[in-house]
Amino acid sequence: MLEFLPDIISSLTNPINLLLMCAGVIAGIIVGALPGLTATMALALLLPFTFTMQADTSLITLGGLYIGGIYGGCISAILINTPGTPSAIATTFDGYPMTKKGKATQALIAAAVSSGIGGVIGGLALLFLTPLLATLALRFGPPEYFWIAMLGLTMIATLSSGSMLKGLMGGAVGLLISTIGISPVGGESRYTFGFSPLQAGLELIVILIAFFCIPEVIGMIESKIKQKKNKEVKKERGVARKLFFYIIKRPILVIRSSIIGIITGIIPGAGGNVAALLSYDAAVRFSKDKKEFGKGKVDGVVASEASNNAEVGGSLVPLLSLGIPGAPPAAIILGALMMQGIRPGPDLLEEHSGLVYTFLVAFIVANVVMLIFGLMGSRYVGKVISLPVYYLAPSIVFLTIVGSYAIRNNFLDVALMIGFGLLAYVMKKVGFNPAPIVLGLILGPIAERGLAQSMLMAKASGNTFELFFTRPISVVLIALCILSIVGPLLSTIFRSKSKIDEEIQG
Amino acid sequence: MKTKWLALVFVLCGLFVLGACANSAGSTEDPEDYPSKKITYSIPFDPGGQSDVEARRQQPYLEEALGQSVVIQYKPGGGGSVGWTELVDKDPDGYFLSGMNIPHIILQPLSNDDTGYETEDIVPVAIVQATPIGIAVSKDSDINSLADLVEKAKANPGSVTAAGSGTYSGHHLAFLQLQDLAGVEMQYIPFDGAAPSVQAFLGGNTEVLFANSSDLVKYAKDMKILAIGSEETFKPLPDVPTIKAEGYDMTAGIDRGVAVPPGTDPAIIAKLEKAFLDILDEPGVMDEMYAEGFEPKKMGHDAAVEYIATKKEQYSRILEEVKGN
Repeated sequence: MLEFLPDIISSLTNPINLLLMCAGVIAGIIVGALPGLTATMALALLLPFTFTMQADTSLITLGGLYIGGIYGGCISAILINTPGTPSAIATTFDGYPMTKKGKATQALIAAAVSSGIGGVIGGLALLFLTPLLATLALRFGPPEYFWIAMLGLTMIATLSSGSMLKGLMGGAVGLLISTIGISPVGGESRYTFGFSPLQAGLELIVILIAFFCIPEVIGMIESKIKQKKNKEVKKERGVARKLFFYIIKRPILVIRSSIIGIITGIIPGAGGNVAALLSYDAAVRFSKDKKEFGKGKVDGVVASEASNNAEVGGSLVPLLSLGIPGAPPAAIILGALMMQGIRPGPDLLEEHSGLVYTFLVAFIVANVVMLIFGLMGSRYVGKVISLPVYYLAPSIVFLTIVGSYAIRNNFLDVALMIGFGLLAYVMKKVGFNPAPIVLGLILGPIAERGLAQSMLMAKASGNTFELFFTRPISVVLIALCILSIVGPLLSTIFRSKSKIDEEIQG
Repeated sequence: MKTKWLALVFVLCGLFVLGACANSAGSTEDPEDYPSKKITYSIPFDPGGQSDVEARRQQPYLEEALGQSVVIQYKPGGGGSVGWTELVDKDPDGYFLSGMNIPHIILQPLSNDDTGYETEDIVPVAIVQATPIGIAVSKDSDINSLADLVEKAKANPGSVTAAGSGTYSGHHLAFLQLQDLAGVEMQYIPFDGAAPSVQAFLGGNTEVLFANSSDLVKYAKDMKILAIGSEETFKPLPDVPTIKAEGYDMTAGIDRGVAVPPGTDPAIIAKLEKAFLDILDEPGVMDEMYAEGFEPKKMGHDAAVEYIATKKEQYSRILEEVKGN
């Protein structure tokens, strides 16, 4: 790597590259913050402009945009409970309650700092561990996908907040609606009722907007009618420094979240949303005060943001080492490479080492740039929610409609968003939390595909047990599943027992 | 309460505005003047894929040849079916084109009754490139030729696994065709597209891989390519025999081109056909395609219509046999 240092330095000190990197990060943050406009779309829009650029400039700009886009998603997640990109879904769990408590600025700063740190860790992993991680990526076959989805589904316990029964019901609804469309194995149409546009299934972002944003907007209007005032953003000095040290003092939280992000990132097919959810779940389980999560605990925001930004680095590992994009935005970067006449594949690192290393170092620098812009912006962006409801609510509704349409250029999605949004409002009224439903929707296809493909593989090998229960990564995942289900039960039993003991003794 | 109604009105206004955007009325103009405004080129897949890369390659040449800007838009979903359903409902004025993939447009209506279009509704302008489908095994496999593979499959019916993209995709049909011609039984495992199937294969989850030539070229060093479904030896892989040369009378591949809605004026089709086919003669374009693992094709409207009809007949037969079983 050191022999490429002159290349890297000359490329990174080129003012055009630096300027475009910053522009990419800022554009990414803006696009990411708008619900429905994703990092993938921003990259696709920028792609034709990179055609005439130098290869390094093109990659640096796209990388900056990707990083900014994933970070930007947290802004709307924190301020209006709407994940700007699916990656930010877990950020809503504690970010929005913080906003409700008047701590929007703190949440935004925590998100910026943890995103920056997570992103740098992801970048370092990408720079130094790519060959190692690539082998790990290949170890994930259909049975492993199935088990990782199962592990994800055990999170319903953490996410149902309140009634476990309603959480499980919500998860089942999510799994059910995830089957709409053409089945991944077998190819038949399901639940389309002969209506062909439904063949494409439900778009995650549309459902995210419907379930997270619409009930909040209706709630906002209701509280306005009841003459409740939105909490003002409290002003506090030195928040950034305080939060920075708060996060630095929790290295385990940040590093664990980043590692979960990197590993999820290298598995093609599981993106930032799965990463953030898994890492949030881990943060809750390892925390001493579990009760505080979901009510506006900074650690929840940190866990989600550190991991979804570390995931960006992880998702580039299979792209650079195998030519397989680990996430949809990485697929566009693959397109950009092809348009530059570079064929990504197993030889990329050997044939274009100078370019790849320049990109990797730029990637880490761009994360720092993002951190700086994020911190600078947090002060002002937080003010958005102090707007009066009669401006705020219609603007949010407008954005959600544009976003739902834009994601697939499909009018049906707007109708689905409104329909599911009203349903979500009613469900929330009767005590259903949207998180398990969305979890089912995200993990359903991964679980189904993994199960069906594994069954076909087992049919050929004639040994179902061996395929599902003896592969090393599967065994680890199964153990985690069991821990995840049995752990809370044991602790409840233990606790109630000690309570009884106390009562007896008392 | 009033505010709630206001919000509802707001929502409805938004809907109307967007609805109006979507249905900009088509004008009736003399085909001689075509094109007089911007042209929308719809890609029925996600950005960054092979169809997108091809469209991006064509875009500057098209804009120069037609003298109008060409806007690329994406309408992904249902393996392309959502985009093609939109295409057949569009005004046939030549201002809305869509990327077109064969066999997708043939297989989707054949395998699902609720597909929103008929193959015949999609009017091809031209077919410009193809990726022949190849069959590969792992680098350290004991199989060294297609004959070895067939032999192994015969000895162990149903236990040789093959990865490829979804059920009733081009890969799956090539698999079914080979099974039929060789009289063997193997296990097909469908994946969610070409990239995941390559990944699963490289991870050792299946013994055989059905893959597009572009992917085979990329991973040529990491696998043994047994045969390829092109008509003649595939230029970027000169050492790989065709499936035909190995004794099985079949070709397999994914053809990519561009299509317009039914009822489009023949003069407009002719103009577009020339613009698209001329791109192949631009210096460097063909070499670029070969380097990426594509096979350039130069098939105009008439030839493409005939080609699609022949393929449809062939595929219906295979599917009938499979579904009959």
